[in-house]
Amino acid sequence: MRRIAIAVAATVSIVVLLFSYHTSTNSGGLPVAAGQPRPVVRTTAPSSPAAPSSAPSSGSSGASGTFAGAAADTQYGPVQVQITVTGGRITSAQTLQVPQESGRDIRINSAAVPILNQEALTAQSAQIDTVSGATYTSEGYVQSLQSAIDAAHR
Amino acid sequence: MTAVAAERRSWVVQVMGLPVSLHVRGEGARSDPAVRRAVPVVFGRLRLADRLFSPYREDSEVSRIRRGERPSGHPWVAEVLALCELARERTDGYFDARLPGGFDPSGLVKGWAAEQSVAALPDLDGFDYCLNAGGDVVAAVRSAASPAWRVGVEDPRDRSRLVAVREVRTGGVATSGSAARGAHIVDPHTGARPDALLSVTVTGPSLLWADVFATAAFSRGGDVAGWVRARAPGYEAFAVGPDP
Repeated sequence: MRRIAIAVAATVSIVVLLFSYHTSTNSGGLPVAAGQPRPVVRTTAPSSPAAPSSAPSSGSSGASGTFAGAAADTQYGPVQVQITVTGGRITSAQTLQVPQESGRDIRINSAAVPILNQEALTAQSAQIDTVSGATYTSEGYVQSLQSAIDAAHR
Repeated sequence: MTAVAAERRSWVVQVMGLPVSLHVRGEGARSDPAVRRAVPVVFGRLRLADRLFSPYREDSEVSRIRRGERPSGHPWVAEVLALCELARERTDGYFDARLPGGFDPSGLVKGWAAEQSVAALPDLDGFDYCLNAGGDVVAAVRSAASPAWRVGVEDPRDRSRLVAVREVRTGGVATSGSAARGAHIVDPHTGARPDALLSVTVTGPSLLWADVFATAAFSRGGDVAGWVRARAPGYEAFAVGPDP
């Protein structure tokens, strides 16, 4: 049955990379991608030792770590967000990397980064599948919780 | 750990000027050829709707109508025109595609197209699915055993937060407001941009009508929940207003 196909409670950390054009004259050491995101997957230790009776080698659920970085242009600098998905739900999020090169970037960070964290953490308690809101622009989408949810199930 | 996630996959495509994401859930969602057949059909229908109804395309049917030309005979055009008229009647004119700037059915087309894109697709019969078109959601589940889709509703004062969660098995959730694109909704009666409310969310059996009533109720203001309940039985609305 379906149960078999699920690597139960395997905790997978997903790194979503958001890229954009350079917002500062020098984006120094930051991995600014040319066009395409370079997603990074890090599988961490399972949060619980729940042992699936027959664990498939490749989990087929949306929770099992399939992912891709959100690909879009944004006016913000490169932002790297790690979300943790357990059982198909976002359970935590943290920002791994944000632009810090210029005053402009710092200003953006203080606005954008807490939003990304808060969004995912709010979703954690609510366990939501999708988000209804006033129409997203493409730019707004990149920063949105919906984008993270989409990425987690890609 | 009780969470046993169903197999699920998402697709995201930029269409109609919006990010549109489709989520399919159920055994085989990631591998079944039926799903692979269905996905391009869904997005293809949305692209066709965009070609027909975008006011930003010179060659769209809407642009023809705005120029006073006769629309071509595509059946969707007649359908949307009729729905716009019905929506105007049902909402007491608070939804009206004949805006001061010219004919623009966009407020209805998005919900209609989203719903249309997943309608009557036998390839999706065995699956739960959920389509989110820039914040408007149409969802369906395949059986009584399927869990509902949990739809978080953004807080328009702080889009990083949610004000509510709506569980939807089969139906739609639409939110209208000014949070994302500024004041773009116009009260058809006055031409003014309503500012009494920040957002209105409507849930009901059809995304098309949830969307129409969300837009209309946002324009109208007042007792949003009571008005929608009376005008659209089976639909529920709530509004978020500015902090006092």
